[in-house]
Amino acid sequence: MWVPAVCTILLSFTFWDGIGGLKNIKWVGFTNYRQIFQLDENLPIAIRNNILWLAVFALIATPLGILLAYYIDKNLKGTQLYQTSFYLPLVISLAVTGIIWDNVFRTDGVINSLLGNTNADTAISWLGDPHKNIWVVLFIASWRHIGYIMLLYLAGMKSVDPSLREASAIDGASEWYTFRRVIIPSLRPVNVIIVVVTIIESLRAFDLVFIINRGTNGLQTLGVLVYQNIQGESTRIGWGSAYATLLFIICLGPIMVYLYQNFSKGTD
Amino acid sequence: MVTGEKSKTGQRVAIGVLSVFSLIWVAPIAFTLLQSFRPYDDVVKNGVMSWPNHLTFTNYYHAFVQSRMWLFFLNSVEVAVPAVVLTLFLASMIAFVLSRYESRASVPLLMLFTAGNLLPPQLLFIPIFRIYLKIHVPHFINSNGVLYDTQLGLILIHVAVQVGFATFVLTNYLRTIPKEISESALVDGANVWNHFFRIILPLLRPALASLGVLMTTWIYNDFFWAVVLLKTGNKRPITAALANLQGQFNTDYDLLAAGACMAFIPTLLVFFAMRKHFVAGLTLGSTKG
Repeated sequence: MWVPAVCTILLSFTFWDGIGGLKNIKWVGFTNYRQIFQLDENLPIAIRNNILWLAVFALIATPLGILLAYYIDKNLKGTQLYQTSFYLPLVISLAVTGIIWDNVFRTDGVINSLLGNTNADTAISWLGDPHKNIWVVLFIASWRHIGYIMLLYLAGMKSVDPSLREASAIDGASEWYTFRRVIIPSLRPVNVIIVVVTIIESLRAFDLVFIINRGTNGLQTLGVLVYQNIQGESTRIGWGSAYATLLFIICLGPIMVYLYQNFSKGTD
Repeated sequence: MVTGEKSKTGQRVAIGVLSVFSLIWVAPIAFTLLQSFRPYDDVVKNGVMSWPNHLTFTNYYHAFVQSRMWLFFLNSVEVAVPAVVLTLFLASMIAFVLSRYESRASVPLLMLFTAGNLLPPQLLFIPIFRIYLKIHVPHFINSNGVLYDTQLGLILIHVAVQVGFATFVLTNYLRTIPKEISESALVDGANVWNHFFRIILPLLRPALASLGVLMTTWIYNDFFWAVVLLKTGNKRPITAALANLQGQFNTDYDLLAAGACMAFIPTLLVFFAMRKHFVAGLTLGSTKG
């Protein structure tokens, strides 16, 4: 796994049209990076989208997932049913997810039918309008992410020592206060995992935008740009590798945190 | 009882929130299922929200026969099953060595494995793509004679990507099992192979079951590697084939819905049958410290 990763990083400093053997590779230093930042108009959109993705996941989807885990954990009537429905998106592939939500958001889909205008020219184009489609995609991505976070958090909460809750309740703390001040802090390992998962998932974003419109027209992400420069219309391996390396550098932080979390505990 | 009143309201809020969210979760899936049974003309004429007057299996018939979804489904199975078996076998061997023959290298090795699993696939795919074009395989595997555009190649990449995570989970699992079992086996004169096949592998069974269910779903659902490593339409697994269906029949959303349902119904069945294992698999890596 690490050999190809290093190859990609090396390739990002070269010029290679992909045709011909390895002899045709030219070392060009940081030229690719200069070029993608100065010339590629897709990069700012991709960076904006990845940041938006992260922001929505971190500020909306993840807290919602935790809230749902909190409610599920109360073991109310029908909990099993609720729980199962939140797991469903995790079982369904992102390609199918794209198709399912396309039924809802396309021009003559559910939302526009409810709004009463499905005319191809005048109706709201949820997926075609580059200012709207990213929000729709983020909604769909959150649909999936919330369930994942809920699952992780619920498993964590089940492992909390029940006597902690009892002690807190005896001290007169409200349930919500107990959750905020006792349960959440005691789940530090799970919290770290959730932060890492949130960051990594938002950086990896690819499948969903690809199935909707191949990641163009306002839906560019870093992952898509790597693909487009390798197998898309243009083959610019240097650019593609530079994007991939950029992605890697951003991912490195969360990966380190994850490793630290998992292995610092193993040694003591 | 003030607190009783309060918790009653709290419960109502909880049930309200949960119901609304569950609806958002289930409705689109149910809607797609419904649409897959509706005739194309009906939807075109009356709109997607019209009351379904009659239901039909025509879309499934078309998806099955004309769009050959059965072929793509079989492709998915042909990739997922060997990939999962191979991954679990390799990972349990590595985990066995890492946990029972500990050396200074085992922790750094395990770290490398774990981190490798978190790398974005886009970072790997350029060199993999190039390497696959250079590796020669016998012609009965691929008429072009290279590894690119073969299911074997797809299987290998899945194994390579998943082995890290599986090793991490299995090693942690083995660490929780007392070493005395292994020691007594060694005292009884078991060699390495017997030790692994007779003692360790049976002990790993619950973890292997959870990982197996989880990885089958992951690999079955994979889209990225299937799109970038396979060129020939006939070889593609069902997720990638769906993307093509979308391009070919841009207007026939009912057919697409039927195709999508055919793609997700098997995973749903597996999920309902083995829900416990699935959830356990997803949390294995995160809650064990």
